[in-house]
Amino acid sequence: MEAQTLTSQTPSGKIGVWWFLASEIPVFGGLIVSYIVLRLGGAGWSEASSHLNFNFALANTFVLLTSSLTMVLAFAEVEAERPRRVGNYLLLTILLGVLFLAVKGFEYAGEIGKGFTPGAGIFWSFYYGMTGLHALHVLAGIVVNLILYLQALSGALQRHGHRVELAGLYWHFVDVVWIFLFPLLYLT
Amino acid sequence: MNSTSPNAESVAHDAEPGFWRAYLFSTDHKRIAKQYLSVALFWAVMGGLTAYLMRWQLAYPDTEVPGWGFIAPDFYNMLVTMHGTIMVFFVAMPILLAAFGNFLIPLMIGARDMAFPRLNMLSFWVFALASLVLLTSLFVPGGAASAGWTGYPPLSAKPEYTGVTWGLNLWLLALALEFASFLMGGVNFLTTAINMRAPGMSFFRLPLLVWMELTAAVIFMLSVGPLIAGAVMLLMDRVVGTTFFLPEGGGEPLLWQHLFWFFGHPEVYVILLPGFGLILEIIPVFSRKPIFGYRPIIYSTIVAGALSFVVWAHHQFLSGMDPRLAMPFSITTIIISVPFALIVFAMIATLWRGSITFSTPMLFAMGTLSVFIFGGLTGIFNGSAPVDIYIHDTYFIVAHFHYTLFSAVFFAGFAGLTYWFPKMFGRMMNEQLGKLHFWLTFVFFNAVFIPMHVVGLGGMMRRISDPTQYEFLRPLQPLNQFITVAAILLLLSQLVFVVNFFRSLICGKVAERNPWQANTLEWRVPSPPPHENFDAIPVVYHGPYEYNSSEAAVDWLPQDRRVTTGAATR
Amino acid sequence: MAEIISGWFPENVSSFGGEIDALFRLILYVTGAWFILTEGLILFFLLRYRRREGRRAAYVAGDNLRQLAWILVPCLIVLLLDLWLDFRGAEVWAKIKGQVPPSDFHIQVTGKQFNWEILYPGPDKEFGTADDVLMENELHVPASRVVRVILKSKDVIHSFFLPNLRLKQDAVPGRAITAWFEATKPGKYPLPCAELCGFGHTGMNGWLFAHSPEDYAKWAKQQWP
Ligand SMILES: [Cu+2]
Ligand SMILES: [Cu+2]
Repeated sequence: MEAQTLTSQTPSGKIGVWWFLASEIPVFGGLIVSYIVLRLGGAGWSEASSHLNFNFALANTFVLLTSSLTMVLAFAEVEAERPRRVGNYLLLTILLGVLFLAVKGFEYAGEIGKGFTPGAGIFWSFYYGMTGLHALHVLAGIVVNLILYLQALSGALQRHGHRVELAGLYWHFVDVVWIFLFPLLYLT
Repeated sequence: MNSTSPNAESVAHDAEPGFWRAYLFSTDHKRIAKQYLSVALFWAVMGGLTAYLMRWQLAYPDTEVPGWGFIAPDFYNMLVTMHGTIMVFFVAMPILLAAFGNFLIPLMIGARDMAFPRLNMLSFWVFALASLVLLTSLFVPGGAASAGWTGYPPLSAKPEYTGVTWGLNLWLLALALEFASFLMGGVNFLTTAINMRAPGMSFFRLPLLVWMELTAAVIFMLSVGPLIAGAVMLLMDRVVGTTFFLPEGGGEPLLWQHLFWFFGHPEVYVILLPGFGLILEIIPVFSRKPIFGYRPIIYSTIVAGALSFVVWAHHQFLSGMDPRLAMPFSITTIIISVPFALIVFAMIATLWRGSITFSTPMLFAMGTLSVFIFGGLTGIFNGSAPVDIYIHDTYFIVAHFHYTLFSAVFFAGFAGLTYWFPKMFGRMMNEQLGKLHFWLTFVFFNAVFIPMHVVGLGGMMRRISDPTQYEFLRPLQPLNQFITVAAILLLLSQLVFVVNFFRSLICGKVAERNPWQANTLEWRVPSPPPHENFDAIPVVYHGPYEYNSSEAAVDWLPQDRRVTTGAATR
Repeated sequence: MAEIISGWFPENVSSFGGEIDALFRLILYVTGAWFILTEGLILFFLLRYRRREGRRAAYVAGDNLRQLAWILVPCLIVLLLDLWLDFRGAEVWAKIKGQVPPSDFHIQVTGKQFNWEILYPGPDKEFGTADDVLMENELHVPASRVVRVILKSKDVIHSFFLPNLRLKQDAVPGRAITAWFEATKPGKYPLPCAELCGFGHTGMNGWLFAHSPEDYAKWAKQQWP
C-alpha cells in the first residue's frame, strides 16, 4: 500500500514538538504570573530571596547555557554526518544537565540546612515549586538525551538524525525557562 | 511537497497483527477510539450511579438508598466531587474528543492513521492509568476526594479539613495523568490535521467536526497549563508543606480559583465544540442541504475559543476578588453568546427548506440543539453579576450547566454514536429502539432539570446533602422528590440504549458503506474501515456539504467525486 | 407574570433585592422571547420541511452576504440586547458592590467549620474591646438600617448567604471582606453557608434576626445592661 504523503513541508515530528512546547509555556507561565502577582501584593519577598545562593545559581546558568550549545553542536554533527561526534556532544549535554541538577541539589541542601524548607513561607513555596518543576523538566530532557545517546552508540540514530533536533528544541525550551526563573527568583 | 512521512514505517505494516497488538496495544486510530469509548462508557455508568445516590439522598434524606445503604454527609461530598470529576474528565472528554476525534479525524481528512500512532496508543494508556488511579482513590483509607470537583483550597489543601488523605492526592494525580493524556492527544490531532490531509483537502474543505475538534484541542492545550501548575502547587501544599494556597503561610486561596477557572471555562467549550461538531455533520445529511454559513461558523468557533480565555472570573464574582473586576468579566461572558448564537442560527437556517428525515441521529441532533439553546439562555442570568449574587452556588447553576453539558455530551454523543455506529461496527442500530430511547431521554431530562431551576431560585444551595435541615427549603421538598423520580427514570431509560447497542452489535442489519448517503470521506470506505482506511488516498474536489447541488444528478456529492461538467465549488 | 416569577423566590426583604429581582425578570423576558422564537422556528421548520415524496431540498449554502444577513442581523440584535443587559447589570452592581453606604452598625462574621461566629462590637462600636459579645449563628440587627458586615474565615472558604436579602458573599481565610445589607422588614431569616466547607457543610445554618427599633433596643439592653 502506498505510504501517506505529508501535506506540508515540515516533518510531523517538528510540528508535534512545537505544539507540545506551546502547551508547556502556559504551565510555567501560570506559575510565573502567579508569582509576580502575589509578590507585587505582599512584603518580605526580597528579604527571603537574599538568602538564596546567587553565585551557585549564576554558575548553574552558565552550565545550562553551555549545555544548549553542546546540543546545537550535536545536531550540527548530525547534519555533517559524523555519528561519533553526535554521541560525544550528546554525552556532554547529559553530563552538563546532571551537573546542573547536582548544583541545584546542593543549593536545596544548603537552604534546607538553614531552615528554609518549602514550608518556610510563600517565597519558599514558589522557589521550590518553580525550580522543582524546572528540575523535573531537566531530568526529563536528560532521559531523552540518554536514549538518543544509546541509539547513537548502537548506530540506530543514523536513520533518525532529526530526533536530535527535536530533543534540542525541548532542551532549549527548558533552558529558556531557566533564563526567566533565574532573575525572577535570585535577582529581585 | 510530498516528502515521505518519517513515521511511514510504523504506519505501513500490513501484516495481520496478533491479539495483543490488535486489541490492547493497537496503534490503529479506530481501535484506540473504541478503547476510549469503552472506558468512558464504564465511567458513564459510575457517573450515573453517583447521580442516583445523590438524588435519592436529596429526596429522601437519611433513608436507606435501595441497593446501597445510608449516605453519610462526608460520603455525600465524595459523591458530589466524583460525579463532577467523572462526568467532565472521564466521560465528556474521552467520548467527545478522544473517541470521536480519533475515529473520525483521520477518516474525514483522508489519512491512513494519526500522525503519531504510537503516541496515540500511549495517550490512551496514560488515560487508562488515570482511570485506574481515580478508581483506586475511591477505595483508599480516608475515602475519596471530597472537596468538590473544583477542589477549592484551603479545604482541599489540608487533610485535616476534610479527613481525606490519599484520596485527594490520588485525585490530583489522576487529573494530572488525564491532562497529560489529552495533551498528547491534542498534539496528535493538530499535527495530523496539519500534515496528513489528502490532496485537495484544504482547510476550508474540512468537515466542521474536524474544525471543532481542532479548536477544542487548541483551547485545551493553551488553557490547561496553569491548572497543571496549580495541581502541582496543591499537591505540594498537601505533601511537602508549601503554603501556596494557605493564608497562614502567606499563600492565597483565591489564586487556585483563578488557575482553575482560567482552564475551567475554556474546558466548557472543549466539551461543547466537539458536541456541536457532531450535530453539524448530522443536520445537513438529514436535511439534504448544505450547512448554512460554513465559513461564518468556523470564524465564530475561533472567536468563541479566543473569548473563552477572558471570561473565567465570572465564576468568582462573589469570591472576594475586587468587585470592579466583575463588570469586564460580566461583559465578555454575555458577549460570548454572540458567536454561539450565530452557530445556532446557522443550524436553524440549515433546516429551512430542507427535506428532513427523523432518523434517530437527527432526533438526537435536534435534542442537542433545543436543549443547548435553553442552557445557553440561562447562562445569561449567571453571567449577569448582580443576578449571580443570588443564584451563585444554587441549583439554578447546576440546572444551567446540565442543560449545556448534557446536551453536548449525551444528546450530541448519542447522535454521534447512532450516526457513526454503522461505520464503527459494521451494523445498523435499531431505529425503533433508538427513537424510543430518544423520546424517553428527552422527556425525562427536561423533567429533571426544568424543575431544578425552580429549586435553585427557591434558594437551595449546591452540595448540601439534606435540604430538609433548612426550614426555608422544606416547601421545595416535593419538587426535589419529583426531580429524583424523573432522574431515576432518566437513568433507567438508558437501558434502552444499552440493549440496542449490544443487540445491534451482534445481530443488527449489516451496514453498507454509506447508509445515510453522506458526502464526507469516512463513508467512502467499507464499514468498518480496514486497517489503514483507504485503498488509495482519495483526492478531494468539494466541500463536505454539497447536498442537492446542481452539479450532481443525485442529491449528494461525495467530497472525492469529480464532476466533469463544472468546476468544484468552494 | 411578575407575580408568578416572584413566587419562585423567597420573600425579598432587602433594600437592593428588588433591583436584582427586576434584573432577573428583565433577562427572563429577553431570553424567554429568544427561547420561544428559536425553538418555535425549529419546530416549525421540522414540521414544514419534513421529507415528502417529490420535493427536493433547496441548495442554500449561506455563502453570500444576502443570505447570511438572515443570521447576521439576528446576531447583531443579540449583541445589542447583550450590551443593554450588561449596562443594566453594571448599574445594579455599582449600587450594591460599588461602594458600601455609610453605616454606624458594624458586625464581624467569621466562618469556621461549621458555624458562623458573630462578633458584636458593643456600645463603644469598637472591636477588640471588653464589651464585645460573641454569639454563634445568631445575627441580631435592627431593620431599616444599613448593616456593614466584615466577613472572615478561620479555616476554609465559606459563603455568607442571606436568601431573603439577596446577599451572598464568600468568606475567605486571610481576608476581611466587607458586605452590607439593609433589611426592610423585621423577621427571622435563614443564614446558611453556600460554599462546600467540609462534612458539616449541610446544616451550617444561622439566623438573621431583623428587629424593629424597639425590639432591637430591648435586645441590646439584655446584652449590654
Ligand atoms: Cu465559566
Ligand atoms: Cu459550608
